[in-house]
Amino acid sequence: MTAETMPTKLVGQAIKRREDPQLITGQGSFLDDIKLPGMTHACVLRSPYAHAKIKSIDTSKAKAYPGVVAVFTGEDMLDLNPLPCAWQAGRVKNNVNTPRVLAVGEVHFAGDPVALVIAEDRYIARDACDLIEVEYEPLPVVVDAKKATEPGAPQLHENAPNNIVMEWEAGDKAKADAAIAAAEVVVREQIINQRLIPTPMETRGSIARYEPATGEFTLWTTSQAPHVMRLVLTAFVFGIPETKLRVISPNVGGGFGQKIFCYNDMAFTMWAARKIGRPVKFVEDRSENYKYSTHGRDHITDVELAGNRDGTITGLRVTTYANLGAYLSTIAPGIPTTLYGRIITGVYRIPAAYVKVYGVYTNTAMVDAYRGAGRPEASYLIERMVDRFAAEIGMDPAEVRRKNFIPPDAFPYDNGLGLLPYDSGNYEAALNKALEIVGYADFRKQQEEARKQGRYLGIGISSYVEICGVAPSKWIGLPGEGWGAGLWESANVRVHLTGKVVVTTGSLPHGQGVETTFAQIVADELGVPYDDVVIEHSDTAGTPFGYGTYGSRSLAVGGTAVYRSVAKIKEKAKKIAAHMLEANPDDMVYENGRVYVKGSPDRAKTLAEIALQASVAYDLPEGMEPFLDETTYYDPPNCTFPFGTHIAIVEVDPDTGIVDLKRYVAVDDCGNVINPMIVDGQIHGGIAQGVAQALYERAVYDENGQLITGTLMDYAVPAAHMLPPFETDRTVTPSPVNPMGVKGAGEAGTIASAQAVMNAVIDALSPFGVKHMQMPATPENVWKAIRAAQASS
Amino acid sequence: MIPAPFQYYAAKTVNEAIGLLQQHGDDAKLLAGGHSLLPALKLRLAQPAVLIDISRVSELKGITSDGDRLVIGAGATYYEIATNEAVRAGCPVLAECVGQIGDIQVRNRGTIGGSLAHADPAADLPAVALALGATINVMGPNGARSIAADDMFVAMLTTALSSDEVITTVTFPILGKGEGAAYAKLRHPASRYAIVGVAAYVKLDGGTVSACRIGVTGAGSVAVRQPAAESALVGTSGDDAAIAAAANAAGDGVDYLGDIHASAEYRQAMVKVYTRRALTEAVRRARG
Repeated sequence: MTAETMPTKLVGQAIKRREDPQLITGQGSFLDDIKLPGMTHACVLRSPYAHAKIKSIDTSKAKAYPGVVAVFTGEDMLDLNPLPCAWQAGRVKNNVNTPRVLAVGEVHFAGDPVALVIAEDRYIARDACDLIEVEYEPLPVVVDAKKATEPGAPQLHENAPNNIVMEWEAGDKAKADAAIAAAEVVVREQIINQRLIPTPMETRGSIARYEPATGEFTLWTTSQAPHVMRLVLTAFVFGIPETKLRVISPNVGGGFGQKIFCYNDMAFTMWAARKIGRPVKFVEDRSENYKYSTHGRDHITDVELAGNRDGTITGLRVTTYANLGAYLSTIAPGIPTTLYGRIITGVYRIPAAYVKVYGVYTNTAMVDAYRGAGRPEASYLIERMVDRFAAEIGMDPAEVRRKNFIPPDAFPYDNGLGLLPYDSGNYEAALNKALEIVGYADFRKQQEEARKQGRYLGIGISSYVEICGVAPSKWIGLPGEGWGAGLWESANVRVHLTGKVVVTTGSLPHGQGVETTFAQIVADELGVPYDDVVIEHSDTAGTPFGYGTYGSRSLAVGGTAVYRSVAKIKEKAKKIAAHMLEANPDDMVYENGRVYVKGSPDRAKTLAEIALQASVAYDLPEGMEPFLDETTYYDPPNCTFPFGTHIAIVEVDPDTGIVDLKRYVAVDDCGNVINPMIVDGQIHGGIAQGVAQALYERAVYDENGQLITGTLMDYAVPAAHMLPPFETDRTVTPSPVNPMGVKGAGEAGTIASAQAVMNAVIDALSPFGVKHMQMPATPENVWKAIRAAQASS
Repeated sequence: MIPAPFQYYAAKTVNEAIGLLQQHGDDAKLLAGGHSLLPALKLRLAQPAVLIDISRVSELKGITSDGDRLVIGAGATYYEIATNEAVRAGCPVLAECVGQIGDIQVRNRGTIGGSLAHADPAADLPAVALALGATINVMGPNGARSIAADDMFVAMLTTALSSDEVITTVTFPILGKGEGAAYAKLRHPASRYAIVGVAAYVKLDGGTVSACRIGVTGAGSVAVRQPAAESALVGTSGDDAAIAAAANAAGDGVDYLGDIHASAEYRQAMVKVYTRRALTEAVRRARG
């Protein structure tokens, strides 16, 4: 079935999320809700220094503290391997240093774990941490990615001279150099994409139980990828058979990427549970989440964009220093390379582009994927520079975009940066729709009037494309992009004797609504009631292997696996129905949950009747196995490339620098839509996070490597009152990559929004002569930008 | 984010609380709404051995009016003050100020006495107390005494309270005809404390400003008055030019703080901007 002929019954409807009644009435079971008999509680002692040698650790007082069960240090856990890095930058040498479960000999960032206390309760464990005496010899610290590569900078790891993880490049340097040398106009900026802290509502944690009789572990952990955690913990960290570990993700309170990765608490709860013979629970507090769990972004980029005065962009040259923190997190090197460098030209046909990326170690928390993962950085960079170029040549920024868009007839489109071809797109349609909603021409008049009254309005356009539905294993895997495994998804669909449908999937929801959307697809395709379909997930026992939920891939990859399994069920059902009706299987039609001989729709067998026949198995076609049970491992032939245009309108108060975000229009194209309410919800949440990067959020380390924004009193996550109502709309350009024509929507809002807001702020400030300013546009930063521009004009 | 161990007492009367304070000396801290103290305990920035909970002391509750003055129990929460009809009618700036502190959860727990006693340099209430000439009434081992707001805020997190004294009530004037007050604030997006907060009080007699008081919080280590700006406005008509001149005179006498959220230079500039805004609104209200 093709996208065009797909039936639209439940699919396309705003069905309320079936996950929600449990979650919004407090009936969910999150990690910290789980209590096991005999369970102990872990607390981690962390290094206060960003870089130091550990001279000695004395745990005797802590061990003697009443209620303490055990105290361990890194030396006790030398039987565990360091955590793995599963995605190294492809085709280049990576100087890999990954964290040990507890530090041994040296600490590399403030928050590096030094010792572990296991106690009867959390309070005792925390108190006992204060009794551990550690003697440190502080070492010099570097927190800035560019400075870390300079001569004389403090060195973190012996195998990484100048703190460089890897040097990676894409595109054609000679062509880009030539285009820039020959251009009529070149605009240059240093653009900083500041470090962010993902801040899921629920912090991370793990509970491990060990059964000595069988040697089996059960690990409950806040993970977006339980199957992958099972694999890496057994095969890489512990060196035990994969079959000895079951991993369960309970309800997970938001992830935003931070919960994709393998963390030390998964390993130390397992290790300690085996050692002491009791279950061990560890739950981060917010401070620990901020200090230790992964951060996002943190790029310093020098960029040059070349073009002609007629608005044609002719070249792009980019050098990015990507701060990856003190060690490599699980997929860190892949983010600023495959997911950033390869899409640096965005929605534009730029004939000569080159990007160089340095991955860099610094004395800071690890940096890895955070909602959007590389694409927000890429999109911010090109969209900021296109506006910068438009201002330089005095052309309307919407017009410059139109002039350089990849045209609709150019798809599939190869951007020349080593990416798979963009699948489909119609960028101008989305731009036009957004401009129409916002009333662009009228706004420009309003803006002019307002300026005469000393009011500073600004409008910012962001036309984006991103990479979803990752990814064909052959492309992204080890010989290519360096991903350490495959990236397919799986789904098993069973129709039970009663006609009820059970779907097990390697994808799992932590806010995405996968239980709802997958059930919509199955109900429509099989023609069964929505409530007869149950989606099971999140437990490695009972679900087929899956790589997990991230990269906006659950629907395009996991959903397609479901769709294909359903198609196989229908094929088998047709054969059984043909047998029951004594007809030719090739003549059978499956429609609305009934199977009949073409032309005789009155004489039909229902799916329930067929499932019963298949289950009791008294009379099946010769050689056929009983039961309706089909599994698919779906490896997509390409990624998908959602796109759209977001527009922000702001007013800046020049006296204070306060930015008032007055309107926000989002036109997104994520292909065919299964559930528009869920898509809107994803877009809303994503915009909130991107707006927050533009206006509020930044993680700041001081020169000693102390995280100054270490609490929610200092790190400003957005609240509802800080955001305007979002005006969302869509264009629909189905993806040719998968049978449902879907693309993915989980990250689009974040990828599109920061530059829409910043372009608007800078547009508002243009009368003062401001051409660029760094995020976040806090009142003081705006105020200073105005004064700096006035002083230099 | 787990506090160090402490002993906990729930006092039933002010006298019991004073007795416990005398008994435990510097080891003890009073706990009211807990919205400054508990975060400090959780981060182990404060590790008092004894907590004396006064949130259930009934004599600290309640808001009354005698026609000239509002007498607000130290244990009144921001929510209770913000929604109290006598406060909204007689001293709207106070209701507005506490009605925007933190978020709903904070306003349901935080108390006026707790805020004034803690004297956080970025708290909102000290500015309003200074501008309105509030009186802080306290009880100690030697009986009751009153502290003028002008004498209350000594230094960062330090007040004129003795360690064995408890704030019982706070007295605010009821504003009459010709009087107006306003609070203008640059709010920190994360903590929602004041990066700069300016409270202004203006009295007009026959079209001339006869009295003006300005309290500034957030900008420096302690909330302070702005005498130069105040006297610049007194005797004028309170028109835009006079307000601009007064605002321009604001900013002296502040021990400016600078941090990643706002530099000292920016805070100094914002004191002038927010003084102008607070004065403009106060004059508008005074004109009725």
